[in-house]
Amino acid sequence: MTDLAVIGAGPAGLAAALAAAARGVRVAIVDSATEAGGQFYRQPASGLRSRRPQALHHQWRTWERLRDGLAGSGARFAVQFLTEHHVWSVERDSDGFTVHALLGPEQRESVAVRADAVLLATGGYERVLPFPGWTLPGVVTAGGAQAMLKGGLVVPGRTAVVAGTGPLLLPVATGLAAAGVEVAALVEAAGPKDLVRHGRALVGKLPEGAGYAARLLRHRVRLLSRHTVVRAHGDDRLTGVTVAALDTRGRVRPGTERYLPCDTLAVGHGMLPHTDLAETLGCRLDGLTVAVDDEQRTDVPGVWAAGESTGIGGAALALAEGHIAGRSIAARLRGSEPDPAQWASAAKARTRLRKSAAALDAAYPPPAHWSDQVTDDTLVCRCEEVTAGAVREAVDELGAGDVRTVKLLTRAGMGWCQGRVCGPAVAGLAGCELTPSRRPFARPVPLGVLARQHDMATEKGTS
Amino acid sequence: MVGAACALYTARAGLDVILVDRGPVAGGTTGAGEGNILVSDKEPGPELDLALLSGRLWGELAREFGAAVEYEAKGGVVVASSPDGLAALERFAEEQRAAGVVAEPVADDALYDLEAHLAPGLPGGVHYPQDCQVMPALAAAHLARASGTRLFTGRTVTDVLRTPDGAVRGVRTDKGDIHTPAIVNAAGTWGGELAALAGVRLPVLPRRGFVLVTEPLPRLVRHKVYAADYVADVASDSAALQTSPVVEGTAAGPILIGASRERVGFDRTFSLPVVRALAAGATRLFPFLADVHAMRAYLGFRPYLPDHLPAIGPDPRVPGLYHACGHEGAGIGLATGTGHLIARALTAKTPDLDPTPFRPDRFAEEAV
Ligand SMILES: Cc1cc2nc3c(=O)[nH]c(=O)nc-3n(C[C@H](O)[C@H](O)[C@H](O)COP(=O)(O)OP(=O)(O)OC[C@H]3O[C@@H](n4cnc5c(N)ncnc54)[C@H](O)[C@@H]3O)c2cc1C
Ligand SMILES: Cc1cc2nc3c(=O)[nH]c(=O)nc-3n(C[C@H](O)[C@H](O)[C@H](O)COP(=O)(O)OP(=O)(O)OC[C@H]3O[C@@H](n4cnc5c(N)ncnc54)[C@H](O)[C@@H]3O)c2cc1C
Repeated sequence: MTDLAVIGAGPAGLAAALAAAARGVRVAIVDSATEAGGQFYRQPASGLRSRRPQALHHQWRTWERLRDGLAGSGARFAVQFLTEHHVWSVERDSDGFTVHALLGPEQRESVAVRADAVLLATGGYERVLPFPGWTLPGVVTAGGAQAMLKGGLVVPGRTAVVAGTGPLLLPVATGLAAAGVEVAALVEAAGPKDLVRHGRALVGKLPEGAGYAARLLRHRVRLLSRHTVVRAHGDDRLTGVTVAALDTRGRVRPGTERYLPCDTLAVGHGMLPHTDLAETLGCRLDGLTVAVDDEQRTDVPGVWAAGESTGIGGAALALAEGHIAGRSIAARLRGSEPDPAQWASAAKARTRLRKSAAALDAAYPPPAHWSDQVTDDTLVCRCEEVTAGAVREAVDELGAGDVRTVKLLTRAGMGWCQGRVCGPAVAGLAGCELTPSRRPFARPVPLGVLARQHDMATEKGTS
Repeated sequence: MVGAACALYTARAGLDVILVDRGPVAGGTTGAGEGNILVSDKEPGPELDLALLSGRLWGELAREFGAAVEYEAKGGVVVASSPDGLAALERFAEEQRAAGVVAEPVADDALYDLEAHLAPGLPGGVHYPQDCQVMPALAAAHLARASGTRLFTGRTVTDVLRTPDGAVRGVRTDKGDIHTPAIVNAAGTWGGELAALAGVRLPVLPRRGFVLVTEPLPRLVRHKVYAADYVADVASDSAALQTSPVVEGTAAGPILIGASRERVGFDRTFSLPVVRALAAGATRLFPFLADVHAMRAYLGFRPYLPDHLPAIGPDPRVPGLYHACGHEGAGIGLATGTGHLIARALTAKTPDLDPTPFRPDRFAEEAV
């Protein structure tokens, strides 16, 4: 029996596990990846042993401390690491929780992890907005490029453009450059004034913020602020992009288009929190994030949340929230009221980092008129091959008024990714707000798995 | 769906129509169910008569909208799981035939000619060629558009305006009044609330249903296939959970597995036990489904009235008020017949079917 199931082995989950285990809680960490670390401390695949992984990571020492702490020193019970466990649902019953996870790369068999408490530390996923040509091979997400880097899969000698908006583009651009890729430009939609105005927040969030600027210079990466990619070119793979300047209201300035040859385009427009598991458990959401109190508790008893699922804010914030959650859980599982004074410094860091995250959010909105550039024949939903024209028709002529009806009328968002990729784009094209969609299964689950669970339950019920 | 069909048939009868919905098109139960147009699951009686009329009207509309609403005249196959079950099913089919349904008994081997991937060893079933399907949201949207009526989405009806002598003179909405001598209440599961705004009682209640959706597949299930117990569940009066499986392929590829029935009010909480039961039933009918992924599940609230018949037609208690709601698990299929009856009532013409069993005031005297 486990006291606490932590879902997600990123900074938030690891910090919580460490804090809880150190106080005698039996912890199981469940993650779909092959190794612990999450987005930030992503590990090179064991086969491709990178000689100096720390060169790619900041705060490498924090990671080592977490890793060594979890390796057992001090804790009464060793933390159980369940990697390659894809959680498809968390079920709540009268005496605890069952975490249902599909195993390994095949994801055919499901196992159940029982626990008294659950921490949702599932992080976030990237927002990508479409533009003509975005489906060409060679166009990757910023996070995808980062994962390739940290996984040791980047091929030097290529030419890349990094584009979109948000602070994540900086480490991606400098990381690619450091790995020997020629970075033709960093194309950022936010204007230089926005960057300066929120500069302090930026530095606050990324202690290396100033360092990044210097590194961009060192690698001769051209920063094109208040610019956007209007089209990606190529027949069967990417050969170049057209970029253009934006005016202060976010519209493309006619006549400013220019062509940049490249074979890789890394795009990102910030992150969105994963909320599927929380939604299905019945946790209250606050807009697009899981709502939590000062102790990182959701409104469902026994369920805590920390890290990017409660709001996008970077690895340091995830660490602080995870630490607080772990301490709160340890106290509450013992039946005692936790003393917030014990985590005062983490709470202070949390307050500061949330403030700068909010400032960053304001500094890096997607360009206001991005959808103007999306031609009717541009694919919006790749899974179901739905074009922007079909989405516009559903709204203008068929009476769709929200993402759900657009989905019903066009199938946008019904495919394998369940609208995680196209949701923001559909909302933008439809001119409505992005609301969290209900995804009862956080991962597709074989019907045989569900059927066997039914048969087991009915056998138990009749015997 | 029902509102869109009423708009189409009344507009084509020459009336000037406005369609009002507080949400988008198909934002109610229509966007949360399936689109089977069935005669197979109905016992002889007024609902079957309405279903036969509606099926014929859908066939006519299909010539106009066909592919746009994903109309498919695919036929249904009801499968018995035991020899006793088969005998009961055949007796049921016999009565349906007398009422005008095409129902062809299928002996064991022939069953596998119709559906090659059914579990081995089934005793037989009945084939219903008149069963067909549409994609409900597309059907509602296209019928509404083709009606040429003015469509006001995102507008909530907050009151029914009446003359001093009690007749309808319009509706109040959150975005202004709309003046009209006639209102059609096609508010589905919320039809009771709308009736209450006009001062009359119509006891529409929700019956929750879940549907499981698989990953897209090539055509492996050709008909709408369900177990014979489904008919009993549909007609049942029980509040408890019922989950006889209904399996059908769709034009877009995914297989839909429906549909549970339970009375739990408007509870939107996801229920793993319910979808597990659906999966178990479906894999028993089609073993190959065990390796197929469920991508998502959704739920909706069927609008039902105590006698499981819809309320269709004028309400004698409030002149100018018409009802077209309470179709339970058949509102997509029955929408066309309902639109026809409403159009005939509004233009004082004789309908193709006796509407008496659907009288909206039939519950009036009952104790609440
Ligand atoms: C390209 C890029 C660059 C970045 N650069 C920086 C930077 O320089 N500085 C900085 O502070 N931050 C940076 N970040 C942000 C940082 O990575 C995140 O803030 C941090 O990782 C959030 O931690 P977390 O623990 O909340 O989630 P994550 O690290 O995302 O961990 C979540 C974990 O949950 C697992 N998971 C999710 N769902 C399931 C499921 N259903 N079943 C099983 N497991 C599941 C995932 O596999 C993952 O391991 C960057 C992010 C990106 C994408
Ligand atoms: C799981 C499931 C499976 C089903 N399968 C089938 C099937 O295979 N075949 C079939 O025929 N039927 C099926 N049904 C039933 C079918 O979905 C319903 O009978 C049908 O959708 C009802 O249509 P409607 O137009 O009456 O109601 P709705 O689609 O709910 O429309 C009512 C509309 O009224 C609006 N409204 C309510 N109050 C107000 C107000 N005050 N002001 C303005 N607007 C208001 C709502 O916003 C809503 O859009 C199924 C149902 C479920 C739940």
